[in-house]
Amino acid sequence: MRKHLLLTAGIIAALLLARNIWVMLTQLPDEAFQGAIFRIIFFHVPAAFTCFLCFLASLIAGLAYLKTRSLNIDAFSVSVIEVGLAFGAVNLITGMIWARIIWGIWWTWDWRLTSMLICWLLYAGYLVLRRAIEEPTERAKMSAVMSILNFSVVPFVFFSIKWFRTQHPQPVLFGDGKMDSGYRAMLYGNWVPLLLVAAILISIRYVQEKQQREIDALRREAHMI
Amino acid sequence: MNDALQRNFTYLAYGLITAWAILVVYALTLAARGRSLARQLDNVKRMMEDRGKN
Repeated sequence: MRKHLLLTAGIIAALLLARNIWVMLTQLPDEAFQGAIFRIIFFHVPAAFTCFLCFLASLIAGLAYLKTRSLNIDAFSVSVIEVGLAFGAVNLITGMIWARIIWGIWWTWDWRLTSMLICWLLYAGYLVLRRAIEEPTERAKMSAVMSILNFSVVPFVFFSIKWFRTQHPQPVLFGDGKMDSGYRAMLYGNWVPLLLVAAILISIRYVQEKQQREIDALRREAHMI
Repeated sequence: MNDALQRNFTYLAYGLITAWAILVVYALTLAARGRSLARQLDNVKRMMEDRGKN
C-alpha cells in the first residue's frame, strides 16, 4: 500500500515536472531584464520554501519529542532535516548560478546569502551531532533541542532582505517585488511537484531510520543472549 | 543567437541540471542506505539464530 502510494506520488511529480519544464522553456517569455536565466527562480524559490517547511516540521517534531519522548518523532525529525538540507543545497547552488550571470560573481557575503549558508551549516551540524551520540534516547533529546535552537535562524534568513540592505532581490511573493501572474502561477505550480518529491524522500528516510533503530535494538539483544 | 543570450541559456541549463543532480544523488544515497540496512538486518538475524542454537 505504502509502496503504491509512493509510486503514484512519484509518477504525478514526474508528470507535473515534465509539464512545467516544457511550459517554462517554450511558453513563458524571457524576463525583460534578466533574460532566460530568470527561469531558475522556478526552482530556486520553491526549493527554499520546501527547505524552510522541512525545518519548520523539525521544530514542531523537536517540541513534540520533548513532550512525548516518542522515538518515531525523532525519526521523523531527522528525515525532514536531511531532506530539507538537500533542498537547501538546491536553493544555494541555483542561486549561485543565477548570481554568476546577473551579478557577475558566484558568491557575495550578503545578509541573505550568508544567513542561508549559516542556517544550512547549522542543520548539517545537527546530523553530525546525531552521529556523535550513541545512546538513542540521549541522541533524540539532544537532537530535539538542537532542532529547536536551529530554527531561530530561519526567520532571520527569511526576513533578512527586509531588515537589511542587501544585494539579493526583494521578495516577489510576499514583499515589495512584483511578479507577472504567469510567472507566479509557474512558481507555485512548480512547488507542488517539489513538495511531492520531498514527501516521498521523507517517507523513505523515515522508514529507514526506524529500521536502523530496530537493527540496533536487535544487535543489543543479540549481545545479551 | 548572440553570445550573452547563449550564455544565459547555458547557465540556465547548468542550474536545472544541478538542482536535479542534487536530488538524484540524495535519492541514490537513500537507495544505498536501504540496501545496507537490509544487509545489516540479515546479519543480525543470522547472528541471533547462531547464538540461539549455541
